[in-house]
Amino acid sequence: MYDRTIRRRRLTLAALLACSLLLLTVYFGESTGGALHNVQRGVFSVFAPIQEGASTVLKPARDLFGWFGDTIDAKGRMADLESSNQKLRAGAIAGSEALRINEQLQGLLNLDNAGGLAAAKPVTARVIGQSPTVWYSTVTINQGSDSGIKTGNPVISSDGLIGQVSTVTGHASIVTLISDGELAVPARVSAGGAEGIAQTGAGGPDDLRLKFIARRYRVEPGAAVVTAGTLSATPGLESLYPPGIPIGSVTRVVDAGTDAQKIYLRTYADLQKLEIVQVLTASINGNRR
Amino acid sequence: MNLDYRSLGWRLALICVVTVVFQVAAVSQVKVLGVNADLVPLVAASVGLIVGSLPGAIFGFAIGLLLDFALVETVGVASLILLAIGYAAGRLRELRDPQGAIVPLLVGAAATAVAQVGFSVLTFLLGQKVPLGWSLLWELLGTVAFNAVIAIPVYLTIRRCLLAALPEDPRRRRRRAYTTGGLSPLSKS
Repeated sequence: MYDRTIRRRRLTLAALLACSLLLLTVYFGESTGGALHNVQRGVFSVFAPIQEGASTVLKPARDLFGWFGDTIDAKGRMADLESSNQKLRAGAIAGSEALRINEQLQGLLNLDNAGGLAAAKPVTARVIGQSPTVWYSTVTINQGSDSGIKTGNPVISSDGLIGQVSTVTGHASIVTLISDGELAVPARVSAGGAEGIAQTGAGGPDDLRLKFIARRYRVEPGAAVVTAGTLSATPGLESLYPPGIPIGSVTRVVDAGTDAQKIYLRTYADLQKLEIVQVLTASINGNRR
Repeated sequence: MNLDYRSLGWRLALICVVTVVFQVAAVSQVKVLGVNADLVPLVAASVGLIVGSLPGAIFGFAIGLLLDFALVETVGVASLILLAIGYAAGRLRELRDPQGAIVPLLVGAAATAVAQVGFSVLTFLLGQKVPLGWSLLWELLGTVAFNAVIAIPVYLTIRRCLLAALPEDPRRRRRRAYTTGGLSPLSKS
């Protein structure tokens, strides 16, 4: 009896292991239009409304825990302010929440107007999910192809570029953040006009770098970096990103003035705290300046 | 034995879906000191500890698969890791039957560490860029510490959800561990 049970246990375990490896192999080997990817998109499109509903329902709890998290983060610096904040907390949570959303929307509006992005048909969306691991720098938003969103559309927050749409379903999309090493953005230093590629290095999500800057350019810390738009005049080589969207500022430059100079950036947008974003669904003049 | 497989199956399925929804929609978005909790390995390990290696492995595989689908990530990665976690926790329970109050905490921390390291190794092996550096180490250690803090409440919650579908109170199975040849309590019926 026990031998049979042990055999059954080992057989089931082996079957599950084989199934996992098979799924992994098939998924990794097939194209994005493959059967497993289609099944995944189908499950995601079913799951997204549930996720959105849960996100809305759990928002008060999330805000409350988020508040505690922020408090712990800042405890070392603001211990003396904490006691007075507690008295105001209950009344302030609802008000500050609305204010923050309002500020983000206002920031997005300002960015649209100042950067001429209103013509790029921006679609405003709310972040409803976030990957729990550092390996996958993605967020889920509550707008999809029904709102005109397509794979590859750039995504911005009120502070600037945050990434691009990588997966789309009817009512939701996955956004790959700029902190993902797979994403490369043509970028330009506002002062001086040096052009290169902004991409996260091997040092982690916070290690955003501006690469391929010629040594004749002197880039100073503090300089603003924006998207360069399409650099090539050849049709078919258009950039996904319209020119002039703020990306971040230069934090330091190593080996300045050499071909191997390393330019480190810090994004303007806080990628850990995204709530309201916009997806730019149309390109203007092939994203050329 | 009063084992109700149908009731146990439904409860595990419900726990699986609720955990993934709760993790993705809420827990992942709450950062403390730059890290967030990861309920999924904790729940997989808790299920293994409570119901044994085989249900633990099946549950780990299922919740991993659902997580991969829900986050549109490489299918099979999470299921492979969580399958191992559920099975290992179940085997620990079947072979050693540890009774200390601190066991869920230690198992939870170990499960989280295995999940984090497992993700990084598999991601690396699949040729994707792994963000090596201090931020990664901070993320690993921070998540393990965070999960260790919440491991006992998570274990108690899962235990409470499953207890009615188990053959008997697991506390009373302590002495049985020496007479069953190291098998899951679910296999005795």
